[in-house]
Amino acid sequence: MATQSSSLWQKHAIFEKNSIILVIGIIVAIAWGGLVEIVPLFYLKSTIEKVDGVRPYSPLELAGYNIYVREGCYNCHSQMVRPLRDEVERYGHYSLAAESMYDHPFQWGSKRTGPDLARIGGKYSDDWHRDHLRNPRAVVPTSIMPSYPWLEKTPLDIKHLGDQMKTLSIVGVPYTKDMIDNAEKDAIAQGAADSKDVKGLQDRYKKIIVRDLGADKGKLTEMDAVIAYLQRMGTLVDFKLYDSKANIR
Amino acid sequence: MANASDPRVDARTGTPTTGHEWDGIAELNTPLPRWWLWTFYITIVWSIAYWIVYPAWPGIAGWTHGMFGWNSRTAVVQDLQELKTMRAAGEAKLSAAKLEDIEKNPELLSIARAQGAAAFANNCAPCHGAGAQGAVGYPNLNDDEWLWGGKLADIQTTLQHGIRWDADKDTRSGAMPAFGKDGTLKADEIKNVAQYVRSLSGLPNEGGADLAKGKKVFADNCAACHGDDGKGNQELGAPNLTDKIWLYGSTTAAIENRVTVGGGGQMPAWGDRLDPTTIKALTVYVHSLGGGK
Repeated sequence: MATQSSSLWQKHAIFEKNSIILVIGIIVAIAWGGLVEIVPLFYLKSTIEKVDGVRPYSPLELAGYNIYVREGCYNCHSQMVRPLRDEVERYGHYSLAAESMYDHPFQWGSKRTGPDLARIGGKYSDDWHRDHLRNPRAVVPTSIMPSYPWLEKTPLDIKHLGDQMKTLSIVGVPYTKDMIDNAEKDAIAQGAADSKDVKGLQDRYKKIIVRDLGADKGKLTEMDAVIAYLQRMGTLVDFKLYDSKANIR
Repeated sequence: MANASDPRVDARTGTPTTGHEWDGIAELNTPLPRWWLWTFYITIVWSIAYWIVYPAWPGIAGWTHGMFGWNSRTAVVQDLQELKTMRAAGEAKLSAAKLEDIEKNPELLSIARAQGAAAFANNCAPCHGAGAQGAVGYPNLNDDEWLWGGKLADIQTTLQHGIRWDADKDTRSGAMPAFGKDGTLKADEIKNVAQYVRSLSGLPNEGGADLAKGKKVFADNCAACHGDDGKGNQELGAPNLTDKIWLYGSTTAAIENRVTVGGGGQMPAWGDRLDPTTIKALTVYVHSLGGGK
């Protein structure tokens, strides 16, 4: 089409004939795209809005989060209620960026083979989660979700939670030294309602749900951690108090 | 564009070549189909229009807001408002009506059942089943056996405050002690009482248990909640043990396990999650499934 002219459009020959120049060109193009798409997210106010109630995961919830990632739950479940009528009708208030600000990596997901889980916390009982994770067909006969029976048979490894929290604090999760030092103790206290350590746990983590799972007798399983994680999901922000208009400009 | 005298034009097809040639075979530079090319140009024009109309480009201190200031958060609020307006007539009738009058009025009943069915499918079906048939540990809502009462007001209270749901201070509570786990009953006592409980609904005695001893254990430990005759107590959520409806199964193993671990199922309090009219609709829906008192 432009065979006769030697316009600007012909200059691409330089790129096509010199691989080094091509590589530099690709880097510049992608860097520019990144600059325009990503950098504004770090300073635009609505993308970094602070929301009351959001706190880092407690150690037990963090252990549950790790298992959620390990088992690949994000492959079939999203954690992102979009601001669309049908989604808000079904799942509840649309998700806020702040609600996953302490997830590294975030679990928004991109596919819903199963339902969205962003507001699953408190929607069903612990027993239901237990029955359902053991064998989804026991409660939902048409479910195609895999069974996860090993979760309740595998003792929870809590040894490295403190280290993980320390690492997360480097990337900006506000874990204090107090929280990191008490990681193991807090993980156990969240599953031992009668423990004397519960008070300290409640002081460190607001709105925490403590259960009587015999954790102080060494009975904490991976199932307990996943349930602690799921039951907390989407419950931290009190939407009766949340001012959505503050971020509409 | 094609020029026969140009050496870079293929003589046979009249199509220009790219100039690339291998062993005398030249690469034709066949132009893209015109419809494709124009569609491509239109998408470019469309994208520019889109940038102008909708919020698009981030800047230093903010972003371009577009011509109408469209915003997904505002949009969803408007959409929900429209939905509310669409439902307003039915909603108003339902919320104004007394709970016990809804079923007497065919129009109200159909509104309540439609709204209740949708809410049930989303919120209740995972435990109680799509047809409210229940599952092991989750009651069937179609039969006329009720743990906490089957009157409209009972169902509404259960929905509103849940069962053994600690986050709600008005929740229904009443937990069966863990007779085996905490050592109140010994293994043979559990065996006897389990068979006695089975005998209440005519099930055979398995394993040669002593039913007379089982009856004594029942009278001393179970009758306080389940009643002397085993007919249960809805104030405490203690099930009737004489009908043939079993929440956790009628096998010896299931009954012995329940006596050992005690407890009882939980149901979330829906008062925080669902609005009062939806709870009302659900109440009527569940009541009308067949077992409502």
